[in-house]
Amino acid sequence: MLASFALVGYVITVLTPEALWNRETWWQSVLVWFLGAVVLHDLLLFPLYALADRSLVTGLRAVRGRWPGRPLRVPVVNYVRVPVLVSGLAFLLFFPGIVEQGAQTYLAATGQTQQPFLRRWLLATAVVFGLSALAYAGRVGLARTDEEPGR
Amino acid sequence: MARHRPPGLGRTRAWRSPLRGPWLTSVLGLVLLVGLPVVAVTGLLSYVAYGPQLNQAIPADVGWLHLPFFEWPTRPVWLYRLNQGLHVGLGLVLVPVVLAKLWSVVPTLFDWPPARSLAQVLERLSLLALVGGILFELVTGVLNIQYDYVFGFSFYTAHYFGAWVFLAGFVVHVGLKLPRLVTALRSVSLREVLRTSRADTRPEPPDPDGLVALDPAPATLSRRGALGLVGGGAALVAVVSVGQTVDALRPLAFLLPRGRDLGDGPNDFPVNRTVTAAGISTDQAGPSWRLELSGAGTRTLDRAQLLTLPQHTAVLPIACVEGWSTTQRWSGVRLRDLAALAGVADPASALVQSLGTSGPFSQAALQANQVLDPDSLLALRVNGVELSADHGYPARVIVPALPGVHNTKWVRALEFRAA
Repeated sequence: MLASFALVGYVITVLTPEALWNRETWWQSVLVWFLGAVVLHDLLLFPLYALADRSLVTGLRAVRGRWPGRPLRVPVVNYVRVPVLVSGLAFLLFFPGIVEQGAQTYLAATGQTQQPFLRRWLLATAVVFGLSALAYAGRVGLARTDEEPGR
Repeated sequence: MARHRPPGLGRTRAWRSPLRGPWLTSVLGLVLLVGLPVVAVTGLLSYVAYGPQLNQAIPADVGWLHLPFFEWPTRPVWLYRLNQGLHVGLGLVLVPVVLAKLWSVVPTLFDWPPARSLAQVLERLSLLALVGGILFELVTGVLNIQYDYVFGFSFYTAHYFGAWVFLAGFVVHVGLKLPRLVTALRSVSLREVLRTSRADTRPEPPDPDGLVALDPAPATLSRRGALGLVGGGAALVAVVSVGQTVDALRPLAFLLPRGRDLGDGPNDFPVNRTVTAAGISTDQAGPSWRLELSGAGTRTLDRAQLLTLPQHTAVLPIACVEGWSTTQRWSGVRLRDLAALAGVADPASALVQSLGTSGPFSQAALQANQVLDPDSLLALRVNGVELSADHGYPARVIVPALPGVHNTKWVRALEFRAA
């Protein structure tokens, strides 16, 4: 463990401590991005998706509570979770193109604009939600034929 | 301190997921234990491929923080393509696994009291290197392959040193947790988990690390479903990334810069710098263009003269550090023939200079083996036609297994240096 801290210390001496901090634009510092990545994930991204998931589960339960006479044969929650996660993962990885960040460098490198990406992502999101809805309908249909033979 | 616990911290009943526990964490940990070293080593190898001996790797000075230097080979011709494809592709594929692993251990972050002993303080600091390191590497890497330099600092330098900080945390973490990983994986068999439905999914037995919830909610997803979700996410990322590298699958990478359809002409394959961006005028790259060839002496050649020299054709991939690549059929004059013409039949190295003078890649040095490989070319044509302006007309270098950006375009001068 001590060797590992020595390594981190050595990284900082080779990189030089000055390189960790940008005097002109503080948020463009290596140090800010290093710690920022942890803070952003642990204290923002994680609470947000945890809250969203819990709201989804309790929300669905509340909706179901309005029709007490009809128990849900196939829980709907994962048919919402999965497409949201797919669409969210695609956005998390490929947002620079989707929100057209870095357009100048992108043009210099590829000779193209990022114009198609937002539409493609929205289309892909619509497709996964559509597929999920179809899968849900299929499962509900199966559950009904299982439970009500002869009808 | 233990008695004054702020709300939400420590072993509270707020953590409800019945899936969290040492087994799930260990399965995800095992995947990362195998995958992340591959990503790290291919990254460090890429640094060697850039030729630090020739003083052209970025960052230039890394002290002892590098793999042993060696002469980067030209064979197999797909070596750099494989190296970078793995580095970037596997790095992206592991993102869902990293996120799931962090989700599985997040209650320990809010542990209270924050430290019980000096050893624990040190462990938590090493976790900062681990978690900060992996997130920093993923964020900068993901932004770099999409040309989004919002962070302002040098990507190469930060990504390289960030990798070493991550490795420091990784080694400590593996050293501390490996025995626990083995015990946890032995506690339940994977086959049993894969047989368990949602209705039968129960929390794992309470563990000393406090991963298992004190007051778990009923399962809304089975453990096999959770694994399927993470595995499916990784598979999905693999599918939407592979098109950056396999020409036939290009449309699959529909959200990435190198998945774009460029038409089907002989010159319609990706570039990483356009002629406009390089600031090269049609005048410079027009009929007045001359190649300045130097070695034992100096001479100039125009394009017609180059075309009268013996021409060689090679099917070679060109692979970018950003992970994308493409295979094309290049023709032109062998670099070793040009070396002989310059009077240096056995060169130690060669310096290639571009008409474009701005940026770090306006010139590149080649090792002896890279000059002498029978497929190393000063290419004049591609797929049977003239190179397009964006692909380096009047002439460009193409060398097997060389990082893409060192295959200099719009070559102005070639200097062969004797041993």
